[in-house]
Amino acid sequence: MDFFVQRYPLYLEGAWVTIQLTLGGAALAFVLAMVVGTLGTLQNRFARAVATVYTEVFRGIAALVLLFWTTYSLPQLTGYELDPMFAAILALGLNLGAYGAEVVRASINAVPRAQVEATIALNMTWWRRMRLVVLPQAWAQMLPTFGNQVIELMKATAIVSIVGLTDLTKVAQDFRASAAADTFTVFFAALVLYFLIAQVLILLVRILERRANRRLGRVPEGGGLLALLRPPSIGTTTGGAR
Amino acid sequence: MWDVEFTRILIPALLSGLWVTLQATVFGYALALVLGLAIAIVRRVPVVGSAVFVVMEFVRTTPLLVQLVFIFSLSGLSQVSPLVIGIVVLGVHYSAYTAEVYRSGIEGVAKGQWEACRALSLPTYRVWGAVVLPQAIRKVIPALGNYLIAMFKDTPLLFAISVPEMLSVANGLGGQYFRFFEAFTLVGVAFLVVSVPSAVIIRRLERRYAAV
Repeated sequence: MDFFVQRYPLYLEGAWVTIQLTLGGAALAFVLAMVVGTLGTLQNRFARAVATVYTEVFRGIAALVLLFWTTYSLPQLTGYELDPMFAAILALGLNLGAYGAEVVRASINAVPRAQVEATIALNMTWWRRMRLVVLPQAWAQMLPTFGNQVIELMKATAIVSIVGLTDLTKVAQDFRASAAADTFTVFFAALVLYFLIAQVLILLVRILERRANRRLGRVPEGGGLLALLRPPSIGTTTGGAR
Repeated sequence: MWDVEFTRILIPALLSGLWVTLQATVFGYALALVLGLAIAIVRRVPVVGSAVFVVMEFVRTTPLLVQLVFIFSLSGLSQVSPLVIGIVVLGVHYSAYTAEVYRSGIEGVAKGQWEACRALSLPTYRVWGAVVLPQAIRKVIPALGNYLIAMFKDTPLLFAISVPEMLSVANGLGGQYFRFFEAFTLVGVAFLVVSVPSAVIIRRLERRYAAV
């Protein structure tokens, strides 16, 4: 405990890198998931083929292998070295984006057929149909799974310590290497910080879920912010389907 | 661009790495299946169940990599091989996931089934063994299968505790010949060769079991 009180600034610096990687990776993954997931719902065969290839390839390759590839292989291929932080966000985002695209595709397809037919009857353009009718409904459906995936991403950021970025994991490993404290303390402190970051992320996603449901007129029962602390019957739990 | 000579050296080495990867996956998964089921059942016991839940939540929201390095460092000078440590940590980490899957399956068993067991005054082991689990597990087979693939894709993390799996082999040879491009690209291809067909198999399983 004394050790942690003295050295916490370094842990916080590491945690900050972890948070940046999580947010950066999530942002990239979100854009990819939305674009590729939507492509997967189109009639056009070519668009669907692009979506399938992207998801199968980047879901099939392990995140750490992708990270090694963007960090070490890509420079050899192109002759340019990427900033390590950018290489890490690229690998994490590409990987998570593939999982996310599947969720987006499934959620859009799960919007009741009659809703889509109504927009066609009203002669809406594809763009208006997506923005005003399909996406708001699909969004509420996607959020719980996105929440689980962001936790997975946050955990996956630990791999950047292997390619030399100073994240929370690397801070703990460095303390251990310099024998600043016993092994148990240095790693347990890092694990607790990861746990806390995960809890904050879970809470944020629950707030988003409530907003999305309220916009659709589905007001959650038992209001008040305290209700957020109780796990919902269906919704964000940690982990979940990959 | 692509070095064919180096590829010839790489492939046999990567195959030996793949063998280690598969061992870690199979044994780790077996442990996750057994331990996960035990956790799912214990969680129904009051008090003890809540304590187990908190531990599980902690294991599930913290990175596998840190857990691996943590246990590996704690084991320190003991003579346990890194592969065994890797298998145990993988198994325990994933048991937190499989426990949730089993739980959803158990909760999905109709209430009438429990009541019928009580009416027949079946002993506890028969309630679980003959009535609840056969119905619960059947429904969650596809979900459990997904975690097999997920675990396979997490095995490169064993690199961090010096287990000679595929990525470590590729890294070693890549450094020796200074050709990282071929080394890591082939590892990526190897992962695709295993995980894409397994994803197809899981989809088949889904159609067969989840529809019931």
